[in-house]
This record gives sequence, C-alpha cells and structure tokens, in this order.
Amino acid sequence: MEKIVFSQLKEELFHEKLENGLEVYILPKKEFNKSFATFTTKYGSVDNHFKPLNQKEFTKVPDGIAHFLEHKLFEKEDGDVFQQFSKQGASANAFTSFTRTAYLFSSTSDFERNLTTLIDFVQDPYFSEKTVEKEKGIIGQEINMYDDNSDWRLYFGTIANMYHQHPVKIDIAGTVESIAGITKDMLYECYNTFYHPSNMLLFVVGPVDAESTMKLIRDNQNNKEYQEQPEVERKFEAEPETVAKDKEILKMNVQTPKVMVGIKATDVYQSGVQLLKRELATNIYLEMLFGKSSPLHETMYEKGLIDQSFSYDYTQEQGFGFALIGGDSTKPEELTESLLEILQKSKSGTGLSEESLQRTIKKKIGSFLRSLNSPEYIANQFTRYAFNDMNLFDVVSVLEKLTIEDIGKVAKEFISDERMTVCQVLPK
Amino acid sequence: MSIASDTITEKSGYRLHVVRTDKYKTNTLVLKMKAPLTKENVTYRALLPYVLQSNTSKYPTTPELRSYLDDLYGAGFYVDVAKKGEYQILSFTIDIVNEKFLSDPTPLLEKAFMLLSEVIFHPKKNGEAFDHKTVSNEIRSLKQRIQSISDDKMRYSATRLVEEMCKNEPYALEASGNLQDLETITPESLFTYYKKVLTEDEIDLYVIGDIDEAEVEVLADKYVSLLPDRVPARLQRDTGKEVGKEKEIIENSDVKQGKLNIGYRTHVAYGDSDYYALQLFNGIFGGFSHSKLFINVREKASLAYYAASRLESHKGLLMVMAGIENANYKQALDIINEQMNEMKQGNFSEEELAQTKAVIKNQLLETIDVSRGLVEILYHNVVSGHDISLDEWFAKTEQTTKEEIVAVGQKIQLDTIYFLTEAEVQG
Repeated sequence: MEKIVFSQLKEELFHEKLENGLEVYILPKKEFNKSFATFTTKYGSVDNHFKPLNQKEFTKVPDGIAHFLEHKLFEKEDGDVFQQFSKQGASANAFTSFTRTAYLFSSTSDFERNLTTLIDFVQDPYFSEKTVEKEKGIIGQEINMYDDNSDWRLYFGTIANMYHQHPVKIDIAGTVESIAGITKDMLYECYNTFYHPSNMLLFVVGPVDAESTMKLIRDNQNNKEYQEQPEVERKFEAEPETVAKDKEILKMNVQTPKVMVGIKATDVYQSGVQLLKRELATNIYLEMLFGKSSPLHETMYEKGLIDQSFSYDYTQEQGFGFALIGGDSTKPEELTESLLEILQKSKSGTGLSEESLQRTIKKKIGSFLRSLNSPEYIANQFTRYAFNDMNLFDVVSVLEKLTIEDIGKVAKEFISDERMTVCQVLPK
Repeated sequence: MSIASDTITEKSGYRLHVVRTDKYKTNTLVLKMKAPLTKENVTYRALLPYVLQSNTSKYPTTPELRSYLDDLYGAGFYVDVAKKGEYQILSFTIDIVNEKFLSDPTPLLEKAFMLLSEVIFHPKKNGEAFDHKTVSNEIRSLKQRIQSISDDKMRYSATRLVEEMCKNEPYALEASGNLQDLETITPESLFTYYKKVLTEDEIDLYVIGDIDEAEVEVLADKYVSLLPDRVPARLQRDTGKEVGKEKEIIENSDVKQGKLNIGYRTHVAYGDSDYYALQLFNGIFGGFSHSKLFINVREKASLAYYAASRLESHKGLLMVMAGIENANYKQALDIINEQMNEMKQGNFSEEELAQTKAVIKNQLLETIDVSRGLVEILYHNVVSGHDISLDEWFAKTEQTTKEEIVAVGQKIQLDTIYFLTEAEVQG
C-alpha cells in the first residue's frame, strides 16, 4: 500500500492495486460522521459496441443496457440489496453516466459490514427473465419522468445535435422501445465483459483506518476467483468534427423558453495532465466570459436575456467533449445570437484579460477546496479522473500554472461555426 | 464521530450561534431572517434577498461584487427563500475558504463578516428607495423563476397539492411569491419593507468552522451592530385543522407521466412527544428505499420509478408522491391506501422498525456532516421554539416503540388527492 501526502490540502491518500487488477483508494477523514464508498466500473452508456469476453466478433447491444444492468444488480435471488443496506443503517444508491457505472453507499455505523455488502453484491450478479421483465415497467417510468423534464430534453437535444455517430447522443436510459429487447443473457454478457476487477475502482472516504480497510478489501478479493482478462475492445464509428445539426427546436408545455448552445470539441483523445489542463482551461475560459463577474454576463442580464438559471460547463472524456451554455430566456433568439457573438469575439481576446484570469483562477481554487468538504464529490470525481489517468489532487497546481496564452489558445482552437449548435425548447 | 451543538449568545436584535469544528476546508456564515408567511408580504420577502445580493453601495454592480468574491478565493455567496411551517425564511450564506489551506495567509473570516454587513446593511440605494434598475432586473428574474415552477411538472404537482389542501391557510402561499403582487412592487415600497425586516424579523446568525469563538463574537459585534432589539412575531401553533370529506382533484395537462401527490394531516409537529414516532411512521411507510411504498408500488407492482413520502415537520403534513402511467391511477391509489392502512393497523415488523431507526440515525448524522445541513437541523429549534439537542433526538428515536408508532398513526388523516394527468382523449 502506498501513501500519498498532499500537505497543503492536509490530506493523505492510500492506494493499492490488488492482484486481480482492482484499484483501491482510501482517503481517511477523521472528523466526519459519514463513511462513503463508491465501486465503479469503466462502463457507461457509450460502451454499446464491443467484443464480448472470449469472443472474436464485435457486437452491438440495445441502448440503455448499462443503466438497466445497474438497476438489476441490486436484485438477488433472496431479495433486494437496498433492504440489506438499510438493515445495516446505510443508504445505498447507484448511477450510470456516459462512461461509468457507480455503486455506492454511505453509513455512519457498521462500516466494514456495509463495505463488504457493497463489494459482494456488485461481484455477484443474479439476473432472471422474470425480474428483467418486471424492471422494464420501472425503467419505463423513469424514462417518462425525464421525458416530461424540459431541462433534460434540452440537454440531450443539444448533445444529439452535435454528434453524427457517437453514442454519447443516446439517452443514458435508452427508450421504452430499446429496453424492451433486453434479456438476461445480454445482461450477463455485458456484466462478464465489463465488471472484471481490472476494469474497476473502489474508493473509500470517511473516518476509517486505512490499514485495516485495505486488508479487508484485499482479503475479500483474494477469496474470489478471477481469471486474468484482457482490456475490453470497444468500437466507435468515425465521428466528423462538425456538428450533425446546427439548430433544433423542441416544442413543449412550458411558459418560459429555454436555450442551449453546444460547442463540440476536437482532438478528444487526450488523457492525463494534458486532458486535465484542457478541461480546466476551457472551464476557466467559459467562466471568464459568462461568470457573474463578467461585464458580458451583466449586459445579458440587464437586457433580460438570461436569469438565475443561466449556466455553462465543459466536459471531456475519451472520444467526446463539449461545452454547454444556456438557460431560461424569454428572448431565445436574442440570447442565441448574443452567446454566439461573445464566443466569436473571444477569438480576438474580447473578455479575456489577464486580471480576469487571475481572479478566475482564485475563484476556481476556492471552489475546488470547498468541494473537498464533500465526500461524494471526492469519491466520484477522483474516480472519473483516475479512469482518464488524471489526479484530482493535481487540480490546484494545474490551475496555478494556466496563462492567458493558454486561454487564448482555447478560444482560437475551440470556437468555430461548424462545431457550434443550438437547441431551444419553446412553448407549444 | 461527533455530535455537533451550537453555543448561543443573545445579541442586540439577533441571536449568534457558533459551532466549532475542524471538519471543513471552509468557514460558513448563515444569516436567517424569519417572519410569518402572509399574503401581504410573501412576494416582498421572495424578492428582497435577490435585490440585496445583486450589489451594495461599495460594490454598485454585480460584476464588481462578484469580482470581489472571486478575489476572496471564490467565496460562495447564496441567498434562499423557504417556507418552514407558516413562516417564510430568508437565508444569506457565505462560504469562504479557511486560509490555513492556502499558500496565501490573508485572514478571510473577517472579510466574510464585512461582506455580510455590506450586503445586509449597505445596499445600493437612492434616498429611501433601492436602485431602480436593480429592482426591475430582479422583478423580471423572479417572474421567470415563478413561471419555471409550473414548467417543472413534478414540482408543479407538489405545489398544486398544497394549494388545494391548505386553501385559506397561510401555508398555501408559495415561498417564491406570486405574479400579481410582483407587478405592484416598487423600489420605494420594497425599501420600506426592507426596513421593517431589519426591525421586526427574528434574526439568527450561524458561524461554523475551525474558528475561535471569542474572535467570532468580536467580529459579530463589529459588523452586525445595526439591529435594534425586538420581540419577534410568533405564530400560534396550527396543526389542528380537522379534515372533513377528503378532496380528490384531477387536473389535465400535457404530461407523458401522471404525477400523483397525496396530502395527509398528522396533527403532530416538531417538539411534540410523538414527533419521533411520526418520523418513524413516515420512514417505514415511504421515506426510504426499504419502505412500504417503494416495495409495493415500485418493486412489486412495477408501477413507478419514484414512490415516496416525506414530512413537513412544523405544519404537520405528510406528503406522498409518485410518477405513474396515466391509466394506472386507481391501482396506484389503492396500493398507497392499503399501505397506509397496514401502517395504522401496525402491520410492520420489528425488523422494519429497527431498520428505519438505523437509517434515520444515519441520515441525521450525514446531514450534520455538511455545514448548511447542520444549520437546517439546528434551526428547527428556532422555528418551533423548542430546545432539543441532537443527542435527545437520537435517544428518543431509539426508544420509540411499535405501540407509539401505531398510536401516532391513528392521528393521521387523508386530506387531499391530487393527480396531474394527460388530457383525456375523446374516442
């Protein structure tokens, strides 16, 4: 077990890669009541085309299957794992993103028993035709719930505009039609391919002892038999650099229209410090233009183009990356034009001063430190970073080194008409 | 593990609560202003914090104020308006990094106090009125926020249930105000109301972090010194409304999924001896993923993705919510009614009880790991006028028996069923 010390942050992180390939990280937080653990596989909604374990041919699986599997893993022959966690005073949950499926619990007592429950239930699937059928009703309602949510429709509408081929454009839960075709055998095939320990990461944070917790995990894994497994081969169709569609209007039962501008990134196969720098620099760039400290924000606010719901974010993973900017607006066309104009003008430096960069870096350092108050944030983000060979605790040092040239480069390389799209939700 | 408690000092015009802990990388200030929820003032109160957070006399534009916050290592500054029982509460929160985690040693806590004082006591004004432009911007923004509630159908149906159920009671008012009143507010009338808030509201200031209590008191005396003494308005308890015939309201809207919301009166509030039993009742019935609603509506009948219940602790309400297929209304309602009856008859196991006790304890402990969560828990005492420590809360929950839960169940009355569903298609 190695110990990594972050002295300025006053944090100590413990790490070990187990024999079966599982990466384990433990971050003791003595002052907290709560322990929190996430057990995550590098398998999300975009992994729908791959070579199943021990097979030579690529196969395509139904949209929404990673999320479906996440739901079904909680059910066992003798009942539901939620029950067991709550008997042990813990609350459990899970989520599926584009690139990850995470299982988690938090508890303030019985930590070791809960941790064992987490590891064991994820590593012991039980799927039957009957329970698979029953789940289709529940997930169907989850899909309908999101369909009624205009913010969600706007979000996926914008992403769908950007991509021609890439499965990031498919709703994570799939559709009522796509999940209808899911069988227990498909679930086992996905499970066996993606849930091998060497494709997973376990993160523990809370008032725990690192030595004994690591021993518990190590012993647990040594008692299970895993054959060595090669890295999963995934297949993605070639994706053009341009957006698939430059505008889409969704008519919904809303009073206030909504606008989102999407910018599609190119050169999206970075990892490690390079990716971290790209992500942070792009977020700083957006913050400088659109943050509440920016005069450009003030102007849009005073013209009545935006309100408190306005937001912006950049995210990048293996094979895709995009910025999303928007919010509620009674003047959707004016807002769209205004956003596009600000982005275009930024290429010649408008809105990107040295002074504003230094202030924005300070702000980002502060928000990063604030987010370290949250065990959930640490566990989830650390895992996401680790899957992309980045280290969450490098954030401050990378931020401190960003220069105005870096930001100017973002503007020049990122902003291009054929990589921008807009989606609007308008009242029926 | 630590159970947090606050040291309370009565100051001129407000109460100072200090919680010392080295759990966080930040220090947090939360100022709460509380007054009864009234038709007359509700929209004024909904608007005021947003006007105050826009700018101040020293930082007369939002970019100037926000740039200053950025310079303080991205100090977080948020305002919020909420309803607790029949009070409307304004919260101002400043969350600032503790400089011991920075290479730059500038003391930041005092800056947070200065900022709070600036925002609360030194707004940008024009004689006896707020800045006109600021007020008109914030009126427009609030208008959109009010409209966006009805654009979010889950939230809309929950709001509609309360409106119907508590018709003619202050609790029916939305904390975010209403469009009709909003049109009548002027920079002058809002300023007059602001002065009333500073002289009449019940005000509490919470300071949480790795801080020195004596230092906090010095800072508080220096920067929060403009509040006159007062006797804040306190409401008579109102959880007693007897339910006549239950109401059923079906509203048509263009939704893919029907939203079912059901309201019950519990006649029990925070501070009552059977409040702990009520919490357990709700926990076994619908509060968690091991609860009867989740198991029977979702897992067994496959009717819903969410099916849950929650309590409003000061008004004494229990609310059920579920998202279902439009055609499954009757079936879902039957299952929910049946589970309520099972609860009232005591048809739940010792195991379900033990499980729920463990989960409630866990939930409370988790909540107080977050500084704003801790403030919310401590603030229950201010709202209710009780003084219940967290230790007492834990102990009473642990001691509660099945009989007490069944007994509290006898008080619970179904009041209103609300269903938002797709417009019926004529065949």
